[in-house]
Amino acid sequence: MRLQKNTLLALYSVLEFAFDPTRHISASEIAHKYDVSPHHLAKVLSELARSGYVESVRGVGGGYRFAANARRVTLMDIILLFEDFAPAGADRREPGESTPVGQALASVMHEIDEIAKATLSSITLATMLQWIERNRQTRPVRRPAARSAARGKAGDATEEAA
Amino acid sequence: MRATSTKAPAKPPAAKRAKASAPPVTRVAGKPAASRVRPHESGASARADAIDRAAAAQPATTVSIRPVRPSDLAQVIAIDSIVTGLEKADYWRTIHRRYGDAERAGRRFLVAEANGSVAGFVIGEVRDWEFGSPPCGWVFAIDVHPQFRLAGLGTRLVGAMADWFRREGVDTMRTILARDNTLILSFFRSLGMTTGPFIPLEIDLQGADFFPIGRDRAP
Repeated sequence: MRLQKNTLLALYSVLEFAFDPTRHISASEIAHKYDVSPHHLAKVLSELARSGYVESVRGVGGGYRFAANARRVTLMDIILLFEDFAPAGADRREPGESTPVGQALASVMHEIDEIAKATLSSITLATMLQWIERNRQTRPVRRPAARSAARGKAGDATEEAA
Repeated sequence: MRATSTKAPAKPPAAKRAKASAPPVTRVAGKPAASRVRPHESGASARADAIDRAAAAQPATTVSIRPVRPSDLAQVIAIDSIVTGLEKADYWRTIHRRYGDAERAGRRFLVAEANGSVAGFVIGEVRDWEFGSPPCGWVFAIDVHPQFRLAGLGTRLVGAMADWFRREGVDTMRTILARDNTLILSFFRSLGMTTGPFIPLEIDLQGADFFPIGRDRAP
């Protein structure tokens, strides 16, 4: 399974905000941490704010802060803001999908989809925060150094996850 | 899983356009605007929030976890009936006979007692080499009365069962749930449980002739 870039950015962001609901975090801080374009991230944050998961804070020290209940929001809730898992309509199906072989393969892919959806629907942001905290304590994660170097950033080669 | 498309940015909800301070709302995939709800008020989340409110209304309680007693059975049946919407008295009497004896090796039936009443229960069993698995502890039933949810009873019940499994010498605790039971799946996930190495498989023996199990195939 591969999530689209906007979806990943939304998940990174909402988890950053949920980690400390009282803290205002600027878009540029998240953009820097995840090595993404602030312009790209702004659209994602705008959608999260529109949906009520974060709220914007104006003025000095402004940015966004978490505005939902981390124990009630699942990964799937965030993913569905940016992705559509509905079955492809007839106009988007590949010709081979209506053959017996294609239908058998579709059954297998459907099984995988259902398990993935159940997994994503059962993991709340609060559960993710526990995992992140555990990772912080036990496993420093290596940052993609090559990409940072290509962009001319000296930055730390090692950084804790999330 | 395949993402079939990226959604186009949607217009802000009418209520939000009208008043910036209106409650935040979100889209629920596949539902019309009329059914828009708060992020935490859809499906299982709405039930969970109702439980939040019920729990908040409860006074402080004293809770203890202990083995089930015969006198608890009626309350166990009542809790299960409230939670599942189905009264299964005969089933629970059988379960109590099988698992209610604390002296019986490998089986445990615990209740959470709050203010003198049964507020929840958990049942577990150590099974050896089932499905080729080394001995592990199975949690096969857990219920908490809705009035007592979010008070940590479920966590304490599972914790007590985990402690007992450890004393029995097993290293793994396992359970199985319907995949649309997101509320309880989320509960077990919040305890750190993840998908295990076994995958349940099944077939509809009445309707499936796709692979005719137990039927003579035509030559």
